[in-house]
Amino acid sequence: MRIAAFVPALVVLFALLLWGFAGMPDFGHYRGPYGFVLERIATPERHVTNVVNATTYDYRGFDTMGEEFILFAAVTGVVLLLRGSSGSRRRADDDVRSDSIRLAGAVAPALVILVGLWLVAFGFVTPGGGFQGGIAVAAGALMLFVAVGYRAWSTLGDERLLDPIEGLGAGGYAVVGLAALVSGLPFLTNLFGPGVVGTVRSGGSAALLNWAAAIEVAAANVILTTEFVEQYIAPIVRRRR
Amino acid sequence: MTMLATLVPLQYGLFGLVALGAPAVVLSRDPLRMAVVNGLYGLVLVLLFVLLGAPDVALSMLVVTTVAYPVVLLIAIARSRSSKEEMDEA
Repeated sequence: MRIAAFVPALVVLFALLLWGFAGMPDFGHYRGPYGFVLERIATPERHVTNVVNATTYDYRGFDTMGEEFILFAAVTGVVLLLRGSSGSRRRADDDVRSDSIRLAGAVAPALVILVGLWLVAFGFVTPGGGFQGGIAVAAGALMLFVAVGYRAWSTLGDERLLDPIEGLGAGGYAVVGLAALVSGLPFLTNLFGPGVVGTVRSGGSAALLNWAAAIEVAAANVILTTEFVEQYIAPIVRRRR
Repeated sequence: MTMLATLVPLQYGLFGLVALGAPAVVLSRDPLRMAVVNGLYGLVLVLLFVLLGAPDVALSMLVVTTVAYPVVLLIAIARSRSSKEEMDEA
């Protein structure tokens, strides 16, 4: 019975996949006039060498703000569903005892967070940017959780600390846009000039937008993990004691 | 152009690894092992993205596939195992 349902579905899906592939442009034949235009003008016009980053935070900066608010709304939804009403959380005691995990935990998070900050700072020069850097910083923080254990983590993952930081990231993006509006220019216009090509000082306002997005992404991911751990893992640890 | 030509065999190799990796993920029976195999499979995709000239995508994928997604999986696995233990005890 399961096979009888599976095989026709497989055949139909495979036919759809082949049909889709048949209609794709040939390998290496990119059909996107907008992309070619940006590739040509981004570096001379905005003094930015990573065209992907220039597209995300400059030419399409408004779209990225929308995406950031989607993330913000999603995290808010998860927090509303998962965060308990009790203000006083009993903290589980699960200190890490393995020496090798402690050693790795002393080195790896710092390295990963450093790489994340570098990705944010140089996002418009080399590959990287606010999202990539932000999620790397969050990953470093998660490694810290693995290394130091839940009890130490729950001090860092405190909602009274993280919630304002996430708001700062999401709101900061809008503030950079509004600052241009207040100066009598269109929303999100670059206020700082294009800067010097190939340095941290290129990109102008887009640099601030990268940092705002990074703060939002990093805080959002740490909050999400904290809520999941708080809701699903902490009760298990408590029960085992 | 010559540099691009030398990359073509590498691309074939990586596409081959992608084709092998996906069934490897599906065929691992133990969820914990599946989480690890899935992380390795994600790393192959990251290399493919780099080779196809999409380093920005590769960077996001690198973190999501090796840290963020496994963490979500591990939480789910720990949760389901613990509720299973409870049922066994009852």
